[in-house]
Amino acid sequence: MTVLTPGQTSTGKPPVVHRRRKPLATRAYKVFRVAALITVVLFLIAPLFWMLLASLKTNVDIYDTGKALIFSPTGENYANVLQRNNYFVFIFNSFWVAFVSTALSIVLGVPAAYAMSRFTMHRSALVVLMARVIPGVSLLVPWYYVFSNLRMVGRFEVLILSHMFVALPLIVYIMMSYFDSLPLELEESAQVDGLTPIGAFRRITLPLSVAGIATAGILSFIFSWNNFMFALVLSGSSTKTLPVAIFDFVSYASIDWGGLMAAATVVTIPIMIIALFTQKYIVSGLTAGATKG
Amino acid sequence: MSVTNAARSAPARSAGRPPSLGGNISAWSNRHRKWLFAAPAMIFVGVLIVFPLVWTLYLSLTDSQGSVRAATEFIGFQNYLTVLTDTDRFWPAVGRTMTFTGVALVCEVVLGMGIALLLWRPFRGEKWVRVAILLPLVATPVAVGMMWRLIFDPNIGFANQLLGMIGIPPQPWLSGQDTALGTTIFMDVWQWTPMVVLILLAGLTSLSDEPDEAARVDGANAFQRFFYITLPLMMPTVIVAILLRGIDALKTFDILYATKGKGGGSFNEVETLNVYAYGLSFDYNQYGLSSAVLILFFMIIIGSMWLLTMRKKAVSK
Repeated sequence: MTVLTPGQTSTGKPPVVHRRRKPLATRAYKVFRVAALITVVLFLIAPLFWMLLASLKTNVDIYDTGKALIFSPTGENYANVLQRNNYFVFIFNSFWVAFVSTALSIVLGVPAAYAMSRFTMHRSALVVLMARVIPGVSLLVPWYYVFSNLRMVGRFEVLILSHMFVALPLIVYIMMSYFDSLPLELEESAQVDGLTPIGAFRRITLPLSVAGIATAGILSFIFSWNNFMFALVLSGSSTKTLPVAIFDFVSYASIDWGGLMAAATVVTIPIMIIALFTQKYIVSGLTAGATKG
Repeated sequence: MSVTNAARSAPARSAGRPPSLGGNISAWSNRHRKWLFAAPAMIFVGVLIVFPLVWTLYLSLTDSQGSVRAATEFIGFQNYLTVLTDTDRFWPAVGRTMTFTGVALVCEVVLGMGIALLLWRPFRGEKWVRVAILLPLVATPVAVGMMWRLIFDPNIGFANQLLGMIGIPPQPWLSGQDTALGTTIFMDVWQWTPMVVLILLAGLTSLSDEPDEAARVDGANAFQRFFYITLPLMMPTVIVAILLRGIDALKTFDILYATKGKGGGSFNEVETLNVYAYGLSFDYNQYGLSSAVLILFFMIIIGSMWLLTMRKKAVSK
């Protein structure tokens, strides 16, 4: 309820709003809220923490439930994974595929998103966005058909193309909602001042879109880094990416848990560090267009 | 509108100068920039997505199997008949896909709404909670699968240790025939509830305070305000969240394949349509049959999306 101090309404000044407080209920809610938030954070973080702990344990310690939290940490698993299993190659492969597919998708996707936003090409946009709906397996079969007949399965080009299938629609989707929110007037006045429409796009709109492109690029990089199914079919022994390498870890009879957790940590840590520094972009990218209605 | 006008004036401007090849190319590309900009991406999508889809449709009508170089024969709708009468693998897979998606979506939306409401008003330490929310979201699904495999291991896993502390007997989790699907749903909820939280939070912060304030003035309590004011206003955003998450949940593959392997485990406990189609294609090389499954799967996805979009239109009105 708003409480007006006497004499204030007639002065024409905006009335000062005091929210009615219910001290007891508010305090109970505050306690509940803090407890609930701590539970949520624990639920989300504890499993990741457990993975990290296990990656620092010897396999003997992992099997000893008494040493759940107190143990003497070892870097042996990481040394094993990185050196003996050649994970540096897989790290490079993952990085290279994610980087190139993201860069190419930006080059193709940003102008397309611009055209689709400015000329409201709804039907064309729908075709591109369809790609977010199609199950990946239904593309894999024909791709595998074509590329194995060309004897190209296992090469970087094929892997990068397949990852662009995820990256390009994502970038078009995010950039479309970004361009929709950029005011038209800037481009118009640039054109009045003598720039051609493409010139206005290049010199005015693009520099203003750096934040949007960063958002789209970071998300596309993350999705490509995390992609498993395409690499599972289309990568060869020399182009294997990290998720496939981790999967191969368990195809033997007994699982080396310490090594497996070290490998899982190696693949998640880089992406989490990127996420920590680009939090704002990731959130705006993931929620792009969600509240437009 | 004004952009198109400017586009028309561009060649007029260059017409004043002596015509040059570069000027002509520039004038031409400015006039046709709509398609010049859109075409590369459209062609890429066309070649890499539309063409494979058409091919899948074609393959689904042939007896293609074994090697990809083997000759195939056109057999009409035989594959569809085989698939649709297959109560051994196909229909259970449909059921699992629906169960997985349905249960995961309900949990994620309810939990997501709860967490979004907790985060709605600013508080101290908000930054850290937001970081915690982001981490599962960006973690590599295969690594997440491996992480849960260790935690849910019946003998050495932390999950059973935790249950032991409160006196509940150990559960088989992923290795149990009846518990495996539920365990994978739990993993999906852990990883993707944050996504729903972020979408709903974006919706909540874009809400105007006034209806809530007015209801407060009228003496509505917190529950009434949520169910009669906030929730109806949030409905379009909730449906967007369901739509985005639902599409991905239907197509879940990584954590299922990473935790249970080929065929969704030895009893096909977690074999959803996507895992089934993948197995048919790349573990058994039954390309024709798997294409039929994929076309049916695709129709299910499009159908559920269409239903949701209709629902959203009805809600937005």
